[in-house]
Amino acid sequence: MTSKSAAAIDKARAQGRAALIGYLPAGYPSVEETIAAGIALAENGADLIEIGIPYSDPVMDGQVIQAATTEALAKGFHVRQVFDVVAGITSKTDAAVLVMTYWNPVVRMGVDEFARRLADAGGAGLITPDLIPDEAAEWMAASDKYGLDRVFLVAPSSTTERMQRTVNASRGFVYAVSIMGVTGARSSVSSAAKDVVAAAHAAGAERVCVGLGVSNADQVREIAAYAEGVIVGTALVAAVRDGGVDAVAALTKDLSTGLAREAGPAKDGA
Amino acid sequence: MADAPSGNADNNTTEAFLQGGSLRHAPGPYFGSYGGRWMPESLIAALDELEETFNKAKDDPEFRARIDDLNKNYSGRPSLLTEAKRFSQHAGGVRVFLKREDLNHTGSHKINNVLGQALLAKRMGKTRVIAETGAGQHGVASATAAALMGLECVVYMGAEDCRRQALNVARMELLGAKVIPVTSGSQTLKDAINEALRDWVANVENTHYLLGTAAGAHPFPAMVRYFHEVIGDEARAQILEQEGRLPDAVCACIGGGSNAIGIFHGFLDDPSVRIYGFEAGGDGVETGRHAATITLGKPGVLHGARSYLMQDDDGQTIESHSISAGLDYPGVGPEHSYLSDIGRVSYEPITDSEAMDAFRLLCRTEGIIPAIESSHALAGAIKVGQRLAAEDPASASEKIVIVNLSGRGDKDVATAAEWFDLLDKDSAESEIGKEGEQL
Repeated sequence: MTSKSAAAIDKARAQGRAALIGYLPAGYPSVEETIAAGIALAENGADLIEIGIPYSDPVMDGQVIQAATTEALAKGFHVRQVFDVVAGITSKTDAAVLVMTYWNPVVRMGVDEFARRLADAGGAGLITPDLIPDEAAEWMAASDKYGLDRVFLVAPSSTTERMQRTVNASRGFVYAVSIMGVTGARSSVSSAAKDVVAAAHAAGAERVCVGLGVSNADQVREIAAYAEGVIVGTALVAAVRDGGVDAVAALTKDLSTGLAREAGPAKDGA
Repeated sequence: MADAPSGNADNNTTEAFLQGGSLRHAPGPYFGSYGGRWMPESLIAALDELEETFNKAKDDPEFRARIDDLNKNYSGRPSLLTEAKRFSQHAGGVRVFLKREDLNHTGSHKINNVLGQALLAKRMGKTRVIAETGAGQHGVASATAAALMGLECVVYMGAEDCRRQALNVARMELLGAKVIPVTSGSQTLKDAINEALRDWVANVENTHYLLGTAAGAHPFPAMVRYFHEVIGDEARAQILEQEGRLPDAVCACIGGGSNAIGIFHGFLDDPSVRIYGFEAGGDGVETGRHAATITLGKPGVLHGARSYLMQDDDGQTIESHSISAGLDYPGVGPEHSYLSDIGRVSYEPITDSEAMDAFRLLCRTEGIIPAIESSHALAGAIKVGQRLAAEDPASASEKIVIVNLSGRGDKDVATAAEWFDLLDKDSAESEIGKEGEQL
C-alpha cells in the first residue's frame, strides 16, 4: 500500500534532508485562512501538513494551541469543515496533508465514514494523540480500506514492548514525542528525543518524526541530524495569530533552513 | 403519582445475565464495550504501573490491613445504616434505610477512595499527588489524605468554582494543598480534569493522579470501585443483620458514579434487589440544562474511557448543568454505562427542584441535612417507594429501600438557603447564596 506521508518523507530524504511537517488548527482564524496558511506552508518548504481538528477537551495541547482551537470552536467550526481544508490544500499543492485529531469527533462521525471522507478530500491519513494501537481495531480496518496512513505516537515513557507494538501498527511515519509534556514552544530540545527516535528505529521504524516543543531553525537542525522529519506546531500557530499567512510563510522559510543534514550522506534505509 | 420506570431492570433480564456469571469484581479494562484506555501514549506506562501496583496491593494482606485500619480508626467506618421512619411516610410507606456515608471523616464517601489511592502512591514511590475538583469535596478529601501521608498535593479547580467555593479553597490550603485555578476551556470540572492530565503527562515520574471518581482510563474505574466497595459490603451485611433479609431496592446518585458503584457492587449479584441510579436532571432534561448523561447521552470517549457522554453532533463535549456541583459532569463511569445497557441498573433523571424538595424533607423528618448530591438519591427513593407501594399496596410497609446518603449537606447550606428564600434580602449571606458560595 502506498503511503502519501512516506512518499513525502522519502522525497525529502532523497534531497539529503529531513522532512518538515507543519501543524495548523482548522478554522483558525477561519477555514479560508487555514487553507491559505497551508498553501503558504507547502510553498515555503513544508513537505507534510498536519491539520488539527479543534476539540473541546484537548489534553495534549498547551496554551497557544488551546487558545486557537477554543476560538475556532467559538466561531462555529464544524468537524466536517476539516475536509474542506484538506481538499483546499491538496488541490493546490503536492504536500501530504494529514489530519490530527482527538478521537471522539471521529467516533461521533463514524470511523469508516470519517476515513472515507478524508480519503475523498485527498488526505494522507490521521495523527491520533489519544488513540493507542490497543484501542484502534476499527481505525486499522478503515485505514486499510481507504489507504490512509495511521500515525501513532511514541513517547520517552514507552516500553520496548509498546514501542514495538506502536511501530508495527503505524503507517507513514511514527510520531516521536520529544518530551513528557504537552504542546508548546520550549527553549531547547529534550535529550530524550534522540533516545525515543533511536528506540523507534531499533523497533524497525523507517520514518520517525519528532514533535513537541520545536519552534526554530536551530532546533530543526538538531533533530534533522537523527530523525526523518521535524514537526512544528505551536510556533506556527503563534505566527498565524500574530502575523497571518505572511508570518507563516516567513517562519516556514526560516525553519526549512535547518533541514539539511550537515554530516555525511543521507542515511539509507534508516 | 409515581412515574413509570424508564429502565428495564426486571428480574428476568438480570437472572438471564446472571446465569452467565457474576457481575461483581469486574476487573476492567472493559465493561462490555465500555472502558478501555483512550489516552496519550505518554501516560500508558504510568497506567500500567498503577494497575500492577494496585493488583499486587489487593492481594497483599498488609495493604488490606492498612486500609481496614484507616477505614475504622481514621474515617470512622463502618458507617451507620439508619432507618428513616418519618421520611418513609413520604415514600409510599415503604421502609427507607440510609447508608450514612455523610458520617465519614470529611463528610462524604470520597475519603474511601483517596486513602486507598494515596497508599498506592506511596507504594509506587510517588511524592506528589494531583487531583481535580468541582465544588471542592474531592479536593478537600485528596488534601486530607495527602496531609495524613506526607505527600505534596496540587488540586486543579475551575476558576469560577474557586471563586464560588472560596471556603473550600481555604480548607484545601489549610490542609497544605496548593489550589490552581483553571481558566482554560469552559473552566469547569471537565477542564480541571484536562489540566490535571496535562500536569500528569509532564510530571508522571514523581506524581500520581488521584482521580476522584470511577471514570477515566483503566485501571481507574475498577480501582476506584474497589475502594468504595466497602459501602455496599457494609450495607448488605447491616441490612441482613438488622432485618434478616435483603432490600427490595437500592438507590444512589450518579455524577461520575463512584458512590453509586460502591453501594451497587454489594447487591449486583442479588437478583431480587432492584438497583437505581439517579442522574442530575438540572432544570429538566427537556431544557438541555442537565447532567443526565446515561439518560440522554451517546457513547463516546472522554478522559480515557469509552462511556455514555453528553456531546453534540460533532463529538464536542456539551457542558452539563446541575444545582449539585458533585453531579455536574458530562461523562459517567464506564461500568454504569454497561450496567444500564444490560438492564441490571435503571438510570433516571431527578430535577434540581425534586432534589431540593427531598433535601428539605430529610432535614425536617429526620434531622439530617444531606448533600444536594445525595438528595437526588433521596428524591429517587421517594419515587421508587411509591412505585413499590403501587405494585402491592398491602405489603408496602414490608418493603425495604436503601439509599446511599453519600455526603452531608453542611457545604450546601448557602445554596439551600437561597433556594428556599430563607435569607433577608439585604443580608451578606443572601449575596453569598446568590453566587452559590458555600458558607
